[in-house]
Amino acid sequence: MDNARARVERLFREQAGGIQATLIRLLGDFDLAGEVMQEAFVAALSFWGERGVPDKPRNWLITTARNRAIDRLRQRRRFLASDASASVLAELGDGDAEIELELGQPIADDQLRLIFTCCHPALTVESQIALTLHTLCGLTSEQIARAFLVPLPTLAQRLVRAKKKIRDTRIPYRVPPPELLPERLESVLAVIYLVFNEGYLSASDDGPIRAELCSEAIRLARLVGDLLPTETEPRALLALMLLHDARRSTRLSTSGELILLGDQDRTRWDRQRIEAALTIVEDALKRGGARPFAIQAAIAALHAQAPRPQDTDWRQIAALYGVLVRLHASPVIELNRAAAISMVDGPEAALQLIDSLAARGELANYHLLHATRADCLRRAGRNDEARAAYQRALECEVSDAERRFLERRLAELS
Amino acid sequence: MQYMLLIYGDEKQWLKFSESEQGAIFGEYMRFTQEIVKSGHFKAGDPLDDTTAATTVRVRNGKSLTTDGPFAETKEQLGGYYIVEAPNLDEALKLAARIPSARWGSIEVRPIAKVPA
Repeated sequence: MDNARARVERLFREQAGGIQATLIRLLGDFDLAGEVMQEAFVAALSFWGERGVPDKPRNWLITTARNRAIDRLRQRRRFLASDASASVLAELGDGDAEIELELGQPIADDQLRLIFTCCHPALTVESQIALTLHTLCGLTSEQIARAFLVPLPTLAQRLVRAKKKIRDTRIPYRVPPPELLPERLESVLAVIYLVFNEGYLSASDDGPIRAELCSEAIRLARLVGDLLPTETEPRALLALMLLHDARRSTRLSTSGELILLGDQDRTRWDRQRIEAALTIVEDALKRGGARPFAIQAAIAALHAQAPRPQDTDWRQIAALYGVLVRLHASPVIELNRAAAISMVDGPEAALQLIDSLAARGELANYHLLHATRADCLRRAGRNDEARAAYQRALECEVSDAERRFLERRLAELS
Repeated sequence: MQYMLLIYGDEKQWLKFSESEQGAIFGEYMRFTQEIVKSGHFKAGDPLDDTTAATTVRVRNGKSLTTDGPFAETKEQLGGYYIVEAPNLDEALKLAARIPSARWGSIEVRPIAKVPA
C-alpha cells in the first residue's frame, strides 16, 4: 500500500504535466483534462494499493482519466444537447485500440503542442504566461499570483478567460504549420524568457518561487529546442538563460543588495553551466546566424568568458548590440548599447547617446535609463548631475535589491 | 466552425487611392472571394455602404429613437464582412490576413456563437 502511494506521488510529481498535456490533446478541454486527471490519480491510490501497480502506470492513468471524461461528457449531453461534447465523444470513440496507438507518441510532443496553444498570440501575453505556468509547469494559481504580484482573483480570472477563448474560438492544439511557425515560435520563446526574467529580476521577494520560474523556463526552452532541432533560436535562448543562471548566486549580496556584473565574485560562477552554454551558443550562431537570441547569448558569453571585468571585450559587445538594434529596434537595446559604448569610448560619448534616447521619451520612467545615465555622469565626475539622476531612478519602479544598490551609490556621492 | 471576419478601416482611405489603385483592389477582392468560394470556406460576405448612409436605432422604455450615423464615431469603421467556415482559429486568421484591407485596416475575427436549438 505504501509502495503504491509512493509510486503515485512520484508519478504525480514527475509526470502530471505531461499526462495533462496528453489529456488536453485527447479531450480538447483544459478544465476537463485537469479534473479527470486528478480523479485518475485518486483512483490509482486505492486501485494500485489493492491490486498492485500496473505494467504501464502512465497509460493506466490516461485511460482511466479518459474513461471518466467520456462518462462526464455523456452526462453533460443528457442535460444539454451540446454539439461540442458530442463531437469530442465521437472523436474519442469507445474502443481502446486507438488510444493505445496514440499513447505510443512521446509525451514531450504533447507538451510541445500545448505550449504553442498556451502561447497563441490571440491570447494576451499575461494570459500566455499564466496559462503556460499553470498547465505546463504545474504551478498553482496562488504561486503564479505571488510570483507576478497580482491579486489571486485577477490571476484566476485571467486563466478562466484564456481557457474560454481557446475553447470558444478553437485555438488549435498543435505545432503550427511551417508558414506560421516563425511568428508562433517567437511568441513561445518570448513567454519562456519573460518567465525566466520574472524569476531572475522580479520585484517579488519570494526566493523559492523565483528559482522555480528560472528552472521551469530552462526546462521549457530545452524541451522546445529538442523537439524542433532545426530551429536555432530555442537553443540560443536556452544558452542565454544558462549563462544568466550560472551567475545567479553572485547577483545579490548577503544583505540583498544588487551586485553589478563588474563587482560579482567570478570564482563563484558556475563554470560547468557556462561551458555547456558556450557550446550551444557557438552551434546556434553557426547554424542560425545573427538572430536575436543568438546575439544576446553571444553577448552574455563574452561577459562569462572574461576572467576579470577589465578583460571584457566591450568593443565586440557594443558591436553586437549594434547588430541587435538593427534586427530588433528597441530603446532598451539602444540603452544597453550605450552602456557598452561607455566602456569603449568613455562616459561622455555614451551620455550623448543616452540623452538623445531620453529626449525621445519612451524610457522616461524606466529606472535603468536614469541609473545608466547616473553611472556615466558619476564616472565623468559630474557628481551633482549624477545625484539628480540616481534620485530620478529611485522615483521609478524598482525591485528592493536595486533600490538598495541605488541608495548606496547615491550616498557615496554625498 | 463559422467565423465572421469584420473588415475595419478608415473609409476616407478609399478616396485617397487613385482610380487605378481602386480598380486593382476591387479586382483583388473579387479574386479573393472567388478563391474562398472554391476552397469551400466562403459562407457569405458583402461590402457595406459608407457610415454616411448609416442609421442607428435604439429602443428605450418602449420608445424608439432613431439617429443619423453609426452607433459610435470611431477612427476606423466597419466596411464589410465575410462569414467563413474554418476548422480552427489559425485557419480563420490566415483567411483574414489575405483580405486586401488587412494591409491598411484591421480585420477582427469572431467565432459565430452557437445558439442552442
